[in-house]
Parts: sequence; structure tokens; C-alpha cells
Amino acid sequence: MNNETLIPYVGVVTEITQQTPDVKTFRVEAPGGGKLFEHKPGQCAMLSVPGISEAMISITSSPTNTEYMEFSVKKCGCLTEWLHAMEVGQMITVRGPYGRNFPVYDELLGKDLLFVAGGIGLAPLRSVINYVRDNREKFGTVDIVYGSRSKEDLVYYKEIVEEWMNTEGFNVHLTIDREQENWDGHVGFVPNYVKELNPDLKKTVLMCGPPIMIKFTLGGLMELGFKKEQVYTTMELRMKCGIGKCGRCNIGNKYVCKDGPVFRFDELDELPNEY
Amino acid sequence: MKKLSFEKLNEFFAAVAAQKTLYLPVDNKVGKAEYKKWESGTEMSRALNTVRSAKDFFFPQTENLMEFKMSGKAVEVLDTREACEDFVIFGVRACDAASFNILDSVYLVDPVDSYYKNRREHGTVVTMACSRPAETCFCGTFGIDAADPAGDVTVWEIEGAYMLRANTEKGEALLASVDALLEDGCEKAVADAQAKTREIMKKLPLADFTTEGVGVGKTKELFDRPEWATLSESCLGCGTCTFVCPTCQCYDVRDFDTGNGIKRFRCWDSCMYSDFTQMAHGNSRNSQLERFRQRFMHKLVYYPDRNNGTFGCVGCGRCLARCPISMNIVKVVKALGGKN
Amino acid sequence: MQEMMQKRAVELLENGTVDRVLGWSVGDFPYDMTPAVFRSAAEVKDRFVYNDFCAANLSKYLVKECRAGGKILVFLKPCDTYSFNQLMAEHRIKREMIHVIGIECFGKADVDKLKDMGIEGITGISMKDGSYTVSTVYGDTTVKAADAMAERCLSCKSKKHMVYDELIGAEGEVVEDCNRFDMVEKLEAMTPDERYEFWRGELSRCIRCNACRNVCPACTCEKCIFDNPNSGVSQKAAVNSFEENMFHIIRAFHVAGRCTDCGECSRVCPQSIPLHLLNRKFIKDVNTFYGEYQAGEDPAAKPPLGKYEKNDIEPGEAGGANA
Repeated sequence: MNNETLIPYVGVVTEITQQTPDVKTFRVEAPGGGKLFEHKPGQCAMLSVPGISEAMISITSSPTNTEYMEFSVKKCGCLTEWLHAMEVGQMITVRGPYGRNFPVYDELLGKDLLFVAGGIGLAPLRSVINYVRDNREKFGTVDIVYGSRSKEDLVYYKEIVEEWMNTEGFNVHLTIDREQENWDGHVGFVPNYVKELNPDLKKTVLMCGPPIMIKFTLGGLMELGFKKEQVYTTMELRMKCGIGKCGRCNIGNKYVCKDGPVFRFDELDELPNEY
Repeated sequence: MKKLSFEKLNEFFAAVAAQKTLYLPVDNKVGKAEYKKWESGTEMSRALNTVRSAKDFFFPQTENLMEFKMSGKAVEVLDTREACEDFVIFGVRACDAASFNILDSVYLVDPVDSYYKNRREHGTVVTMACSRPAETCFCGTFGIDAADPAGDVTVWEIEGAYMLRANTEKGEALLASVDALLEDGCEKAVADAQAKTREIMKKLPLADFTTEGVGVGKTKELFDRPEWATLSESCLGCGTCTFVCPTCQCYDVRDFDTGNGIKRFRCWDSCMYSDFTQMAHGNSRNSQLERFRQRFMHKLVYYPDRNNGTFGCVGCGRCLARCPISMNIVKVVKALGGKN
Repeated sequence: MQEMMQKRAVELLENGTVDRVLGWSVGDFPYDMTPAVFRSAAEVKDRFVYNDFCAANLSKYLVKECRAGGKILVFLKPCDTYSFNQLMAEHRIKREMIHVIGIECFGKADVDKLKDMGIEGITGISMKDGSYTVSTVYGDTTVKAADAMAERCLSCKSKKHMVYDELIGAEGEVVEDCNRFDMVEKLEAMTPDERYEFWRGELSRCIRCNACRNVCPACTCEKCIFDNPNSGVSQKAAVNSFEENMFHIIRAFHVAGRCTDCGECSRVCPQSIPLHLLNRKFIKDVNTFYGEYQAGEDPAAKPPLGKYEKNDIEPGEAGGANA
């Protein structure tokens, strides 16, 4: 019988990291060790707890990581609650990789990159950021603007501070919504911070976060003189198959699971505003 | 061209059924045609078409995809797929035969759906040319010829006999296997019958119905049209149109705890349902207007966009006959700018 | 009828009594009218149609229309007025927002009955002297109206409107001897095995399209349990045959004592499942156990299943367990 992508692999959760009060990162390996499959930055996988349900989650680890894959999951529904209750050693099912990746192998080569993320939106970008770190010579400067509600809601905080901030050519700009103790960094919303930073128009922007952040950041970038062709984002809609067949995640004639999740804003302009 | 006289019809069915499971349209207890397995004595329906479409053979209403065994923290995936038995569907109309191409373009493109492919490979489709099309028929709008349906074998009913023509290797093999029952057919008789059907098609109320105003590249033009509000306003949000449609192929995947393991099954789903796009944090199509628009935009614009202009409709007329509020694709196209 | 209805609708729109009209919009064939809202006299003149094939019960649409505000004119057949009253009793619609015109009804026609006679290619239908002349591309046929009458109308329970502001046509009477429980009695007379076989045969055709539920004027829950993935019964298709039975049985239980027997469930079923028989069984039982009760007859009446009385029948009484 043919290979069937709907039939998943079994993966073992080998490490669970509490990132924020409602986000955990799960390290997943094949039962015999190693990665279940290869992927490209920005691609996703269908994670499932049999008997609960299956959902599309972005692969947050970089493909340059040869030992495991990681998924960061915010607790917000039936499946994610179950995932959050898991312990190390639990098996789950994984299938993929699905979707179009960020164009790190062609269009982004040699470019100065500006990453803009809000909340859990850093998860899909983290795969790209670490890919870029591991292929530093292939890309220009890297700016990362990342914001969350509070310091506690910043995901990958340790990695950001210890690794990203110490990478040559990387500039990390963190912000939180409101003043709080133990925070002497920037305070304010991401869209405003991006405008304040007044990024060079040569940069290519990779953006991911809540719809409201995306909307206002995009508006700000347009005001600064960026073109929609320079800005990439990822979309998220309900999915069941992950392969453009079950019929629900379309925006106009594009399936987010197959033609996305990565889109350039000029491409989204061609589609109806139904997301 | 081969010929089978009606006296030998039962023998023919018996001979086919001896090799492969044979399905054909049979009148059910409420007098409506549905596909049933042939058994000795089964009588074929005289109805123009079945209420449910022939897509069920390749894309059934529900099917098990796999099973899981769970014990402690361990999960085991059981691949429960089995090779499908060979089967023959007899009496498929031109519209439904054309719908298989549309399903193929979804399920047989990379990554291939092995469940669908398995059935498709093991199925032989015997089509039946139409001689009494109904007022709800408009297959001609999509370039489908009711008098010359596709399929592995095509059958014409002509004066107490069937004329049969094999169109594919599968069809050749099927006819060869029952050759003893067949005589030489008459091309002329078929051509005459075809001409007659085509004359009738021209007189049908929807004969001049065209797809003008819809099709490739029309998303921007059609998406925000005010007509959607009127068209969708009395839609019940049920799945009747979707489920009787031979080209609707959306599905849901659900898990079912049998108490003795988990079954993951797939079932038909409808974009008309409110939970179709429901996520934990919101819904991309909140109103019935949006859901209704999705169904028709998919068939009339998005699918053609992705498939070289082919529409996601074959004009079988089932939605015209079965929609509880008599709203349908013809009314939608006409309202959006088609003529007639 | 159509002309009188159109004329009155136009008058009421133009004099400001109502700002929209709930009726039926013209189709492509003589029998495929769509329920529609008309917002101007021009729309009424242009698209409003009424004939023997306008079968849809418009009362449920009032739930949505009442939320939109304004004043709505609705045309109701006698059986639809029971649904209207029931929706009133359940506070789903607001009486003061609705102008009801009761329309005389002689029974609706069912185009499937014509098609089941082998009449195909219908291009026109005209009514004269109790018969339909059906024009088709294969020639004309004449059919007695009674032979094309919808199943539910053959056992019509009432030609009398339970509520209206004005009437078009004559008022009729409640039909005392409507025989609507005949089939229920036949089912009751069956052995449990026979009855099980009957329902398995019928319900096995179900495709879970939810048309019966969505059209039902008694089904007005904001969120149906069958749409709630956490309910454990939300499957859209049956994983096993038990499921489709349960869907219909649960639904029948839920509308028990509230179902007015309008027959929309069976009318819209694409698989011609006689769903109304489940509801009629409950109606008959309610009549037997609690005294004659017709949902929708009186919006102020207390529903028998919604009140408690000391002399209420006890479980098991009247052979309940085996009934």
C-alpha cells in the first residue's frame, strides 16, 4: 500500500519547558532517538493526542538541529490543554512537514532581516532565527523586535538573552505592554516600537503575532516606506488534513496548509479578506 | 460496439457479479434510487439518477483511517488499510462520471490520498447515457455530453437492448470477460439515440444556462457583491447540498474512543456548517453569508483557479432538487451575472 | 391568491405598517420557490410568488428577523400559525414586531410526487378544476391535485389559523378526524423487532445533513449539542449505525411536547425519511398520558411536559415500559 501522509509517526516527548504561564515547549524525538523527519524553517506539523484531536503547530526548532524537533504550544483549547498536562516520556503523534517555508534558501539570502513578533508568534520565527544563526555568513544583519504582555509572557527569554543577544550582527529589541518591576527595557506596543526604531528600508521583514499587532505593524511599515513585497507573515486557520484536501483552511483560492502558512503581504492582497 | 439484449440482462449481471462486486441503482422502499449491491433478482431502477451521488464509492460518507492503541504513555499506530475488493458500478450518469475527474484532481494530486486511490483503482465505472434528462439537468453547461458519458464502459439503452462501448483497458477487460453474452453492436443506432438526447437537452429549461460572470480570476470581482446577502438569507446552514453533491469533497477527521482503543475516522464535512472553520480562538467564517459564499466561490472561482478553468460543478441538478429552500448554484450564478 | 397577497404586501409596505415582507421568491421552475425577505414594493412586484408549491413554513425565520428590528409582515398557512404560537410561547419571537397575514390553504403540492410518477423535464404547471396540467419537454400530463398533494397535507390537522392580524381567503376549521396517528398506530402494533427493523431501514438512509434540525421551528437552541465537539455526540457522520438512531431519537425527545407537527422535517429530508412519525408518537403519547394537547394552539397554555401535577402519570403506568 502507498505511503499515507494522514497516518502519523509516533514521537516521544523528551523535554518540556514552561516558557510562560500558558506556553510550553515540547521537545519531540523518534522513539529510537533523532528527528522524526526533516523540515524547513516556517513549516508546520500535525500534532495529535489520539482520542483528543489533531492540530497544526509550527515547528519552532531550526532544521539545523539534528537531534530533535520542538513545538511551542499555547494553552487555548482541548488538545493544547491535554498537551500541557503531559509529562516527559509521553508519546504523541506527529505528521508533516507541511506548508511553504520562509524562503531562506533563495529570496532571503544575503538580506538584512527584521523579525517582528508578538507573544507566541515568535515560535514560527524562532526556527528561521536559529537557522540564520547557524548560517550566519549567508545573511546580512538581523534585527529582532519582540514584545509580549509582560516579562513573564516573553517566550524563549533565556535563549534570547544568552544566545541571540550574543550573536554577532544580531540586535534584539524587547518590549512589554506595561511597566513592571524587574524590567528596565522598552515598554510599549510592538507596532509603535517598530516605528520608533525606524528600520532601514532595505530590510526584509518577517512578522508573526496576533492579528491586531500584524495589522498595525504593517500599517506602520507602509508609512515608513516599506513595500508589501518586503514583508512576510504566517497565517493560521482551522486545519484537518494539512495537505490541501479537507477544504477548510482556504483564503480565496489558496490553502493555508499547503500554499502557506508563509505568505508575503502582496500575495495576501490578491486574496479576499477572510482570515 | 457490443450489444446485450435484455433477455440476457440478468445473465450479464450475474456474470459480472461473479467476478466483482456489482452495484447498480435500485429503487429503495420510498421509491428513490440508490446504489445497492446486485443480487439475483435485483431490478435496476428506471430513475434518471440516484439521490446520493456515485462519489460514495470512492469517497464514502464515513471511513476508518487508522487505529491507535494507548497504554500508559505509549501510543501505537495501527495501519488498518486493506486492499479494496474489485467492484463495478453500473449505470453511472455522465455528470457523476465527470465528477470523478474533479475528485481525482483533489485526491490524486501529491500527496496522493491512498484511501481514495485504492478504491479508484479497484473500481470499474460503467456509465449509462441519458435518454430522458430532467429539467434540473445542466451538465451541458460544463461541456459534459449526457449522450456520451465517460467511464470505463459506456452503455446506451436502445430498443430492448444495451449497446456497450469499452473506453479503457479496464472496460475492455470487463466486456471481454462476458463476451459470450454479447453480440455485435450498432454504431448507427447509438448515433441516432445520441442525436435524440442532444435534441432534448436543447429544449431543457437550463439549456442556455452559462457560467458567464463567474470563473477563473473572479475573486475580487465577486467576493464583496451585495447579492450574497440576498442569496444566503434563507439558507438553513444544513449540509444537504454538500452531501448530495458529487463534487463536494471536504472532510472532517475525528477520533472515536471505542473503549478498546481509538479509531480515527474521516467523514464528509460541509463548509455550510458553523464549526467547519471554528478554532479555539475564533472563526474565519462567522456568518452563514460567509459560509454560503465559500461553497459557491469554491465551485465557481477557487476550484477553476486551481484547475485550469474547470468548474467544480457537473450540472447533475441534485442541489436543485434537494435543497430545502430551493437555493442552488444555478440561482447563484444567474444572480452574479450569468445570463438567463 | 398571489395577486391578493402581493397587493396587500405592497400596501402595508407603502403605508409604513411594515418595513419588510417574509414570503417566497420566484424560482427557475414552477416549484422551486425560495423563502425570501422583500424590502420594497418593487421587490414584491418583481419576485414575490405564491402557489401550491410554496410549502416552506416561514415562522422560524422570524427568530432571525425579530433580532434585526423593524416590523415584519409574514404570510402563514394554518399549520405555520401553530409554529408561530409555539415560538411565541418560548419567547423566541416578538408579537409586536410581526404583522401576520393568515392565508387560506388547500394543501400543498409535492413536486417529488409528480416526479415519482415518472414526470420529468417539467417546464410549467397550471392548476384548473382540481387538476394540474404539467407541461414537460416530453409532452403534457394531467394529474389530480389530490395525487400530487404533500404527504403531510393528506393528514392535515387544521385549516384554521391559530393567530393572525388579517386573513386572505376564507378561514377553515380544525380537522377533527385527520387520521394523522394511523401510521403511529401501525408502528405501535408491531413487535419490537419489527419496529426496530422499520426504523433501522428508514434511519440507515440518513446522511446527517441536519436539514431536519435546521428547518425545525422547535429547534432554536443557540448552540445545538450536536454541534458541540465536547459533547461526545457531535459526529457529522455516524461511526456506527447506533449514532444516526440516537441523533433522531434525541432530537425527537427534545422537541417532545413542543413539536406542533408542522411536518417540515420530513418535507426537507433529502432521503425521504418519515421523521414526523417519531414526533407524532410523542404527540400521541402526550395526548394519552396528559390529556389532549396541541402545541401551538394556545401560546399561554402550560405545556404538559413543562408542568407538574400530583396526578401525573407515573413511570411504568399504562404499560409505559413496553409501550
